[in-house]
Amino acid sequence: MPSIYLDHAATTPIDARALAAMTDQAAALGNPSSLHTHGRATRKTLEDAREILAQEIGCLPSEIIFTASGTEANNIALKGLYWAGRDKGKRVVVISSIEHHAILDPAHWLATHEMAEVIEIPVNHGGTIDLEFLANLVEKRGDEIAVISVMHSNNETGVLQPISEVVSIAGEIPVHSDAVQSFKKVPLSFSQLGITAMSLSAHKISGPLGIGALILKRTIEIPSLLHGGGQEREIRSGTFNAPGIVGFSTAAVSSGYNAAAVSALRDRFISAVQRLFPDAIINGLASERLPGIVNVVFPGTQSDTLLLLMDGEHISCSTGSACSAGVHEASHVLLAMGHSEASAQSSLRFSFGATSTEQDCDFVVSVLPDVIARGRAAHSL
Amino acid sequence: MRLIAAMSGGVDSAVAAARAVEAGHEVIGVHLALSANPQKYRSGARGCCTIEDSHDARRAADVIGIPFYIWDMAEEFHDGVVEDFLAEYAAGRTPNPCLRCNEKIKFAAVLDRARAMGFDGVVTGHYARTQVSESGKTLHRAVDHLKDQSYVLSVLTVEQISGAVFPLGDTTKVDIRKEAEARGLAVAQKPDSHDICFVPSGDNAGWLRDRLGSDVGPIVDQSGTKIGEHKGAYTYTIGQRKGLGLTIPTPDGSPRFVLKIEPVTNTVVVGAREDLAITTMRGERPVWCGPAVDDQRHKGFVQIRAHGAALACTYFIENGLLVAVLETPLLGLATGQAMVIYDGDSVVGSDTICETQ
Repeated sequence: MPSIYLDHAATTPIDARALAAMTDQAAALGNPSSLHTHGRATRKTLEDAREILAQEIGCLPSEIIFTASGTEANNIALKGLYWAGRDKGKRVVVISSIEHHAILDPAHWLATHEMAEVIEIPVNHGGTIDLEFLANLVEKRGDEIAVISVMHSNNETGVLQPISEVVSIAGEIPVHSDAVQSFKKVPLSFSQLGITAMSLSAHKISGPLGIGALILKRTIEIPSLLHGGGQEREIRSGTFNAPGIVGFSTAAVSSGYNAAAVSALRDRFISAVQRLFPDAIINGLASERLPGIVNVVFPGTQSDTLLLLMDGEHISCSTGSACSAGVHEASHVLLAMGHSEASAQSSLRFSFGATSTEQDCDFVVSVLPDVIARGRAAHSL
Repeated sequence: MRLIAAMSGGVDSAVAAARAVEAGHEVIGVHLALSANPQKYRSGARGCCTIEDSHDARRAADVIGIPFYIWDMAEEFHDGVVEDFLAEYAAGRTPNPCLRCNEKIKFAAVLDRARAMGFDGVVTGHYARTQVSESGKTLHRAVDHLKDQSYVLSVLTVEQISGAVFPLGDTTKVDIRKEAEARGLAVAQKPDSHDICFVPSGDNAGWLRDRLGSDVGPIVDQSGTKIGEHKGAYTYTIGQRKGLGLTIPTPDGSPRFVLKIEPVTNTVVVGAREDLAITTMRGERPVWCGPAVDDQRHKGFVQIRAHGAALACTYFIENGLLVAVLETPLLGLATGQAMVIYDGDSVVGSDTICETQ
């Protein structure tokens, strides 16, 4: 029985070398903060890893702050930059309307608990942010804005966002970008983008779970969420996760991901879906996108029903959007792109990765007609 | 068969799902989210469908080794069960929402959806049995008569019963808990839920008062003389003796009981104990779990409460209504309740009581 994994945007198989490096490190003794021989040995390995990763993301080693996840990196960046701005009287937090919940929720938390005013940048039907809206906002209220956060690419649709343009509009205003989905999928350089902060996550690039990074310009000082031993520029205290860090940097230099091959698979899949379902909507089709993500609205269905049926065919994919108490909700991303509530509840996200094959793609295509027919029957009751 | 197991997060539905898997069926666990604003935690034996319950259900599915999904049925539940419950009380009747939930949600919305998706039926942890006979699948009492839930399933049509699987009907509750323990299900000792699941406080009268208002009205005796005032007619039930707050005693000092609730005039009628006695009940909208009853007299049993006694009766159809004539008079019977007819352990059918005498 085939078992097909097309949910690489959720997490992707760990790279064999990353796993080996990680397990080796897990067996090594020494807290990198200790000054003795054991500590120094671990510190050496860890700082080697930091330099490798810095090279890959185009930043200085000292600009990397290791965290436990991309979510944590987003929280430190958004809250930290807001608090730093608030000290200078700036209370506006600008985010795009299609951010991941790891930005949306801290932003709204800041509004509820920390007196922030949150302004969301709308997107067009193609899923790209409205730069004119941002330019007008910055022109009118630029001195009030503490931080602008726009994701590098969207996790549901894969649509890439014009971060360089955001940076030039922002001028002196700090810009943060959640680049969790983009790293190692498309060219990405922290220094070339000229942003203030960026979030990354290891397990999205075939690294281990439980390790992420905030890249933060070395001149920027922000308050901390975790206080303690003073690690990571006193912004993120806590004993270093040395195995995770080593696994992260090893995955970052592995050459497993071939963007051209992955996007060829994606396009093969899209052509088949368009042929089988003329009424299906491929979200963000005309926009610049990541190689691996396809988000399809199948009219007259419900995402969670389709997910169950695909699972029954041993295919792992995703609705792409969040749940509330286990109940699937309409995607805020698709709503922002102009879909109706019903339409925003009838999408599936297929995400291809380094290990995906044409056979995977073709098998999914072979079961789709029956799954969609049953999904439509269940929805039409 | 390919089955959807409705998993509440309790011990019964968990064991039912496990047994279905063991019987060789392909099973997918589904938890029904019935409240638009679920509570986080369950308190004691009250209600169900909290977020904690959905976690318990998911954990049980993982231990059993089956896929697990949550289906949002909050809208269907509100429209089909909660609104019906309110409307029935407002009309002076006493409804049973569990019965309505089986009729409209578990073996309608869920079963229909399951069938449309290519599944053959729905497994639940109800204590009841089914048997395959010439006329199709029939519904029967569970071997554990104390736990028997055939009463709340009696609203199912032949078609609905054909898609229902009840793996627990042959076992006692005590043994189900032991089995859950042996299967490593953490819900083995979780308390049963008793009260109405959408009234988490357990205060039904207060819940009704909040939604239907509390219009005071007269309490009258059978001659129509006002002898007191009530605080919302729907908070009373037929046969109720306590809490009437009457200060004018009867000539002989005997207690008064609620005989009738008249929603149009917002009046509660009280009288003597013997006036509560009825021997005949009639019901409308009958549902047959097997062959339809005709106008011939049949001997059997009628049950009027979920865990009430089976009362010997003669039943037949008259002017489109199902009639049951009791061998021994019964004290206090509210309209709106279901009367369920049994032939031995087998459920013949049910309907909603609309008239008593």
